[in-house]
Amino acid sequence: MHDYLAALIGGTMIGCAAVLLMAAHGQIMGVSGIVKNLLPPISSDWHWRAFFIAGILLAPLVTLFVNGEFPDVSITNNPIVLLVAGLIVGVGTVIGNGCTSGHGVCGLSRASIRSVAATCIFIFSAMVTVYFVRHL
Amino acid sequence: MKYVSTLLIGLLFGLGLVISGMINPQKVLGFLDIFGEWDASLAFVMAGAVVVTFFGYRWIGRAGKPWFGLTYKIPNLSQVDPKLIIGAILFGVGWGLVGLCPGPAIAAFVVKPGALLVFLAGMVGGMAVARRFVQ
Repeated sequence: MHDYLAALIGGTMIGCAAVLLMAAHGQIMGVSGIVKNLLPPISSDWHWRAFFIAGILLAPLVTLFVNGEFPDVSITNNPIVLLVAGLIVGVGTVIGNGCTSGHGVCGLSRASIRSVAATCIFIFSAMVTVYFVRHL
Repeated sequence: MKYVSTLLIGLLFGLGLVISGMINPQKVLGFLDIFGEWDASLAFVMAGAVVVTFFGYRWIGRAGKPWFGLTYKIPNLSQVDPKLIIGAILFGVGWGLVGLCPGPAIAAFVVKPGALLVFLAGMVGGMAVARRFVQ
C-alpha cells in the first residue's frame, strides 16, 4: 500500500478512536493525560485508562496475528538518548498539558487556541531538534 | 461493556498507529526532517485524524450525554500561558530526539521491549516528577 494512503487510513482510524472515546465516555483521547492519571496520585477513574492502554498494546499483537510479523520499529539503541528523550517527553507533556493525540488531534479538531499553539510549537521544536541531530 | 469498549477503542487507535507508520520512530524522524529526504506522508495521519474528529465531535454535540458516562469532559482553558509554551517546546525536543511520542511509544513497546522500556521509564518518571513539582 502506498505510504500516503496508509497514512490517511491510519489517521482516519485514529480519528474514529478519538470520536468514539468522546461519544462513549466523554473523554478527550490524549495519551499523555491518560498515562499521567494512572500515576500517583492515581485518579479515581483509572479503570478505563488502563483498558485503553491495554488496547494500544494489543495492536501490534493483532498485526502479528494477521500479517505474520510485527510492524517495523526502527529506533536508536542508545540507552542514554532513550532515557533522556523519554524524560523530556514526560516532563514536557505534563507541563504543556498534552501531546500529539490530545493537542494535535483532539485539540485541533475543537479549534482550541491552546492546542493550535502547542501543536505548532512542538512540531517546530521537534523539527529543529532533528535538524540539530542530523545536520549539524 | 464500558471497559471492553475502551479496550477496543485503544486497539483501534493502536492499529491506526501501526497502519499509518506512526509506530515507527524512523518514519516519524523522516517526517520531522524537513531539510533531509522529507517523508511528508505522516502529515496525512494528522489530516485524516483531524478531519474525522472535527466532524465526529460535531455529530456528538447533538447527543445529551456519553453512552457510558454522565458528562463530556472538555478542557475549558483558553489562555496560551508560558507553561503551555515551555511544555510544548520540551515535548518537541524529546519527540525529535528519538521519534517517539507517548501513544506510539506504548504500541512500540510490544515490538522492541528493551529500548522502549528505557524510554517509557524515562517518560513515566518525568511525568511523575513534573506532576509533583510543577503543577
